[in-house]
Amino acid sequence: MARGALQVRRWPGGVAAVCVATLILGTLLAVVLRAEAGRGLGPSDWAAIRFTVWQALLSAVLSVLLAIPVARALARRAFPGRRAIIGFLGAPFILPVIVAVLGLLSVFGRGGILNVALRWVGLPEVQIYGLHGVVLAHVFFNVPLATRLILQGWQEIPAERFRLAAQLGFGPREMARVIERPMLRRAVPLAAVVIFALCISSFTVALTLGGGPRATTVELAIYEAFHFEFDLGRAALLATVQIVLVGVAALLALRASVAEGFGAGLDRVVTRSDSGGLGKVSLDFVSITAASLFLLVPIVMVAVEGAAGLWKMPAQVWTAAVVSFCVALASTGIMLALALPIAIAAASWRGFEAVGLFGIAASPLVIGVGLFVVIFPIADPFALALPVTALVNAVMALPFALRILVGPVRDVVESYGRLSATLGIGGWAWMRLILLPRLKGPLGFASGLAAALSMGDLGVIALFADSETATLPLQMYRLMGSYQMEAAAGAAVVLLVTSFGLFWAFDRGGRSHVDA
Amino acid sequence: MKYLALAAGTLMSTAAWAETPVLTVYTYDSFVADWGPGPQIEAAFEETCDCDLKFVAAGDGAALLARLRLEGARSDADIVLGLDTNLAGAAAESGLFAPHGQSVAPDVPNPSGEAGAWEDPLFLPYDWGYFAFIYDTEKLADVPGSFEELAASDVSIVIQDPRSSTPGLGLLLWVKEQYGDEAGAIWEGLADNVVTVTKGWSEAYGLFLEGEADMVLSYTTSPAYHIVAEEDESKAAAPFPSHYMQIEVAGKLANSDQPELADKFLAFMTTDAFQSVIPTTNWMYPAFTPNEPLPDAFAKPIGPEQARLIPAGDVAAIREEAMAEWRAALSK
Amino acid sequence: MLMLEDVRLRQGDFALRADLAVETGARVAVIGPSGAGKSTLLSLIAGFIAPDRGRILWDGKDMTGAAPGKRPVAMLFQDNNLFPHLTVAENVGLGLRHNLRLTETERDRVETALGRVGLEGYGTRKPAALSGGQQSRAALARVLVQDRAFVLLDEPFAALGPALKAEMLDLVEEVLEETGAGLLIVSHEPEDARRIAPQTILVADGRAEPPVTTQDLLDNPPPALRAYLG
Repeated sequence: MARGALQVRRWPGGVAAVCVATLILGTLLAVVLRAEAGRGLGPSDWAAIRFTVWQALLSAVLSVLLAIPVARALARRAFPGRRAIIGFLGAPFILPVIVAVLGLLSVFGRGGILNVALRWVGLPEVQIYGLHGVVLAHVFFNVPLATRLILQGWQEIPAERFRLAAQLGFGPREMARVIERPMLRRAVPLAAVVIFALCISSFTVALTLGGGPRATTVELAIYEAFHFEFDLGRAALLATVQIVLVGVAALLALRASVAEGFGAGLDRVVTRSDSGGLGKVSLDFVSITAASLFLLVPIVMVAVEGAAGLWKMPAQVWTAAVVSFCVALASTGIMLALALPIAIAAASWRGFEAVGLFGIAASPLVIGVGLFVVIFPIADPFALALPVTALVNAVMALPFALRILVGPVRDVVESYGRLSATLGIGGWAWMRLILLPRLKGPLGFASGLAAALSMGDLGVIALFADSETATLPLQMYRLMGSYQMEAAAGAAVVLLVTSFGLFWAFDRGGRSHVDA
Repeated sequence: MKYLALAAGTLMSTAAWAETPVLTVYTYDSFVADWGPGPQIEAAFEETCDCDLKFVAAGDGAALLARLRLEGARSDADIVLGLDTNLAGAAAESGLFAPHGQSVAPDVPNPSGEAGAWEDPLFLPYDWGYFAFIYDTEKLADVPGSFEELAASDVSIVIQDPRSSTPGLGLLLWVKEQYGDEAGAIWEGLADNVVTVTKGWSEAYGLFLEGEADMVLSYTTSPAYHIVAEEDESKAAAPFPSHYMQIEVAGKLANSDQPELADKFLAFMTTDAFQSVIPTTNWMYPAFTPNEPLPDAFAKPIGPEQARLIPAGDVAAIREEAMAEWRAALSK
Repeated sequence: MLMLEDVRLRQGDFALRADLAVETGARVAVIGPSGAGKSTLLSLIAGFIAPDRGRILWDGKDMTGAAPGKRPVAMLFQDNNLFPHLTVAENVGLGLRHNLRLTETERDRVETALGRVGLEGYGTRKPAALSGGQQSRAALARVLVQDRAFVLLDEPFAALGPALKAEMLDLVEEVLEETGAGLLIVSHEPEDARRIAPQTILVADGRAEPPVTTQDLLDNPPPALRAYLG
């Protein structure tokens, strides 16, 4: 009630929020105005819409179904390496999509190890292109997320309830009915809806594993209309469709009230009376092992192939790596310049946090097309490819950054606001001496995420790049396109190391010399 | 800051024409590859022109054209090399091209008219070939001999997107030319053979070489590459009753800031210095037969009675319908 | 003299009225049932809350709208009195200069103040390296350098054991004697009031009463206070 004692300046947050809103809503408006509404959607557009929704639905359902046994196993087993596995489940968030795709190809592709094995035992081969591949890649990325969300649900069940159940002599069936199923009924739809929303706007996966009339998402159709046909009207029309799809998905996800578990609180094992028995132990063992293999093998394959490919990479890969690195740093800087003022303003008025939601609902390709429409009459959009990429990446990271920063900023204001006020510390001195040092950890974490996300992103750059400007993911995509697979794997290793390296460096930097 | 400097750096490099004139040529990816014709042609032309020839890879045919339309009057391109006669109509309609003003008599068979007559005022040919499905003789035993047989088999194929790639468009027109109103039914039969549709030739051919499909849409001359460059005789083109042709062309942009240099390049394109590079780098038949004889591997030409080509002027009328049939069949 | 002139505050169901004056240099305890508004009274004086009506005057000058840092008060809270990422000396230095760019003389003052509260040589340590009692001493060192007319204490030693708390209250008295400052201390313990504050403000039933002699008040408590004291 007395928080207002510290005169927090809200106007910089207001300016930043207006910038973000202008970028997102302005480009959206540009797109809608450019769309040729009268033309309507053709059969192939409807096919794209159907495919988009269908693959997202399949991805969500499969991810969740596969995640349930893994989450249950992690919830009820204590074993060495459990913490590492849970930590590892957070890694796909910053894993560059294109690296994962390359890894999946080397496992599930026609020449991949799985098909070699299948051929060897005389079974029919699996197909990675089209719906299969798109769903497979989405499941790869989202099983970990679903596992974390459901594991969180499991651990939110108070231990007393399991003890009570044990006292009442519940068997496994009663346990499931009375305790677990109600939790799953809450946690599973939430996880499914979040994944559905993520898959609706996924671009890189559709670009690399989809394609053709049969496996085109709306996001990919925007890219194709733009890149193959230079049909801005159609691109804009599809962008409008995408806005509606993403908007609806985001609303669904919000209604399911997201409580995403980024880190803490997942290391408690619930001791339960019903977790014994050879059958269950082996089921849990299989679940955890299978999930770990599914997630690890593709990445290990990339690393192994890439280590050899490092020597076969053309010089452009290193140039692209430097370009991407600089774009990632610039993007992180822009993100901080936007997120920090907004988080400070949101500490005193929660409405500011809503700006972050814009970022969730926005699609990079829609912003890209919108920016193109806006920039084209004034300047050469291709010359601005890198600044535009840095900006769009920053806005895409903003929702995550705000989620990380708003709480800690509020804590600082609540815990030290009065002390600061009574000492008369305000303005820049407060930022420098009090807020920033207190926020070091969250700032490092948010910066690490933003840098890694930007480093690995292949989205808006695909629209704007000419053959001389390429980010590392785009360069890697081009190498894959020309089937220099070893060089692509080499580039993947560089990309992997830089992405995780950037995250590690920022996160680590934020955590050093922090006093309670 | 660093990266602003970097961005500025790339701008500076394109502005360097003030000293040495730079001729910018947009082309497809495989043309500029180390093993493609690009490096040799660049060296040969730069010897004669006192200029800097710069190849820019901007995707296959239609994507090249889309790229030019995206850039509009701001484009750096002086020449576009890599469209074909199927795209010439759409390219002419864009209004971006200037007449080449040359009269040439290429050695290109013309199934629908007199050979040797070249009437397109905007585009000049530089090579040509026949589309065909390529397969590995060591892996595929029952080779389909027609689209019907292919559709009935479970042979997997990789094709290119006709919206972005000239081979993709060529295949579309091949089927349409041969089957007319039945084309839609043929595509429906082919739908389950198609592993994936790539946006360019390079991606599709790479997928095939990686073993992702049994056959790939390419050219009858593609096996020659494996024979000559790799001493590998395992790749072959499947003979079909008819083969659609592709004549690859180049044109000069109306907005070129180096129009004389561009004309010079187009003229150079028809000479021996350019043409002799084509067979063993682009793996196509040269449009103007060079003095050097072609390698033996090229010597299995399709008979003239098998060659098909829809005249450039008629493509536009057919393209929309064929595209709709293709989309409808493959999106099922 | 600190005056609250017909000050009124309403927040939802909560209401507080105060019409009272505190002499310069007076030591006053603020007691009353929990939730009655003891802390709110201090917040009004410190400037964390603005009253709905009335004025707060210091030596006749209106300071109702002044920012907390511009008021003649130094305040200690129940917790979070030190910034954990700054050294002890920096924490004390903030009482002198908000940007911590201290002059040589100011640095000496910080050292002297630390010596005065028994923390000589502790200046470079972070608060986490100090015991609870030492942390309170560090905060008092800052009050010392702030040198304001009034010290407001909002149950600052509640977390300390009885012996330490007595030690701290003694130290507070020494600080007050040295600076000549007045004191307003919120406490649950009538004993604290007896120990340190000759006068007491009773906050009960939505009113802050003018200060009266602590001894008299505690010996003959009015009904509201009696219910609280039990």
